[in-house]
Amino acid sequence: MTTRVKNGRYGQYGGQYVPETLMTEIKRMDDAFREYKDDPEFKRELTDLLNNYANRPSMLYYAKRMSEDLGGAQIYLKREDLNHTGAHKINNVIGQALLAKRMGKTRLIAETGAGQHGVATATIAALFGMECEIFMGKEDTERQKLNVYRMELLGAKVHAVTAGSMVLKDAITAAMQEWTRRVADTFYVMGSATGPAPYPEMVHHFQSVISQEARKQIIKETGKLPDAVVACVGGGSNAIGSFAAFLDDKSVQLIGAEAAGKGVNTNQTAATIAKGSDGIFHGMKSIFLQDKNGQIDSVYSISAGLDYPGIGPEHAKLAVSKRAQYVDITDDEAVAAFEYIAKTEGIVAAIESSHAIAYVQKIAPAMQKNQIIICTLSGRGDKDVAAIAKYRGIKIDE
Amino acid sequence: MNKLSQVFQNKKAFIGFVVAGDPNFEATVDNVIALAEGGADIVEIGLPFSDPVADGPVIQEADLRAFAAGMNTDKVFELVKKIREKTQVPLVFLTYLNLVFKYGYQNFCAKCQALEVSGLIIPDMPYEEKGELEPIAKENEVALIPLVAPTSGDRVEKIARDAQGFIYVVSSLGITGTRNTFAKELEDVLKQIKKVTNTPTAIGFGVHTPKQAKELGKLADGVIVGSEIVKIIKDNQPDATKAIKEYTSEMKKALQSI
Repeated sequence: MTTRVKNGRYGQYGGQYVPETLMTEIKRMDDAFREYKDDPEFKRELTDLLNNYANRPSMLYYAKRMSEDLGGAQIYLKREDLNHTGAHKINNVIGQALLAKRMGKTRLIAETGAGQHGVATATIAALFGMECEIFMGKEDTERQKLNVYRMELLGAKVHAVTAGSMVLKDAITAAMQEWTRRVADTFYVMGSATGPAPYPEMVHHFQSVISQEARKQIIKETGKLPDAVVACVGGGSNAIGSFAAFLDDKSVQLIGAEAAGKGVNTNQTAATIAKGSDGIFHGMKSIFLQDKNGQIDSVYSISAGLDYPGIGPEHAKLAVSKRAQYVDITDDEAVAAFEYIAKTEGIVAAIESSHAIAYVQKIAPAMQKNQIIICTLSGRGDKDVAAIAKYRGIKIDE
Repeated sequence: MNKLSQVFQNKKAFIGFVVAGDPNFEATVDNVIALAEGGADIVEIGLPFSDPVADGPVIQEADLRAFAAGMNTDKVFELVKKIREKTQVPLVFLTYLNLVFKYGYQNFCAKCQALEVSGLIIPDMPYEEKGELEPIAKENEVALIPLVAPTSGDRVEKIARDAQGFIYVVSSLGITGTRNTFAKELEDVLKQIKKVTNTPTAIGFGVHTPKQAKELGKLADGVIVGSEIVKIIKDNQPDATKAIKEYTSEMKKALQSI
């Protein structure tokens, strides 16, 4: 596959806009990533953990009832929700934690939105016998109480971040600050395809297993490539993992579903590509939701995992070059899709992933029966059941 | 020699920090003048930012107060204009890069030059990322003041060689806020800097007492105080000028006794 990243840059996007205190450490991490990513022993260990611990390869499931019901394209679901810990996040965490071990680190820190990345990091820290601290916006600790307890159960310390709007963006800031405080023994496991180089490249690398498998699976099953790949996008980790192996297949349309919250024309939205502009924040030049002065917006989505005012630099480049298309899905549409896939396929998908499903519902009917959509189910929705019930006005005890 | 570097000749410099617009426009003008009258050699004005990654709670809260008072980039320049009517104290900005990027590098630097803002301290613009801004800053005679950290290691020399104005030496790991101990690497970092450049050095992050100023002033050419002054402003509403003047002259005295 052709190299798309050059010196940590994706065209005009990317870079390493971080405080000087972190620069030596980031260089060290970059060196370690380059040293080990193709190292046979590292790869063997990574593959072993992915297959025997995380339950890979994840299945590519033909959603027959959904395909028939929508009456157009054939729909295949890439079931990242069946991974250990219930989401795609584990793929990247295993990779970064193995790297941390190689670098002699004994402590993992991470940010989390919906809690899936935090749970995955706490899980691997437990498995590796490492110390673990998770930063989570206070608002999200309330939306995702179950995941907070899960992380604590796994031995992690969870910090409820009270700065800013108390969501994912503030959790990332807090985790970066903690990293500058204690850098020697600590590895910051970044969950999204965001942040300073080499994080976007590392996350791409470790998440690309999703599309490497899916590409083989769909060819084996149908003898051809899909017409479209759809994934939800916050920072963009499951989307870049879903797109990676198809980037050179020009016939495959790549679609990222952003969280529009209450609508792109309201100020309660997280649709970065739709409404954002170029900026520099959280270590990267990319596209951000911000005011004309460059103050970062407080964003909103029902989905804690997509509730981020920026997007990874590779997605920014894919959007500008038009190789990928980014669409927006509202809370209402995502909740309807959450309910639809539960009733149609018997799958409770994460509210994040439901944004992708909602877009599939929109485009599949107009497509031909011999066309194929792969939709990535980035995670399972158990964590969201209580919040969706509340959205529908039903009060249940968690 | 850059006019900021000249400040450090034959004396240990005291650099005081305020957040523009904390707690409001008029008070900031008065507080900057109080710093200058108290003996500050350079005043560092912080542009409030929504997500100040390198700053601790004290400055984060000051940023929020400034936003509540309606501060934005254009108003910061208006503020400097008002300050310039009353004092010629050397000024520098502390700002996150996105604010400069959004204003336009050329526009921002030209405004700085017109209002005699001599330098920019940008905590999220490391050596590797200064390429876009540097030629524009140079053209407008605005110094890019680099930060050097206890973790900089073999990066110190290249950063120091390119430095203009002065070098901001970060006293310890972590974010801004008062503290009582500093990194043990500090002395070595300063030695490394002196080996390659005559550009003056000033130590910041955590500095707040006259005793610390004296101790650190022996190592470097000056000290920078941020969070402590922000606290003084917060604790002395509505008029902090007297308290600022007293504190500044005390710190200045400690530096003069070296």
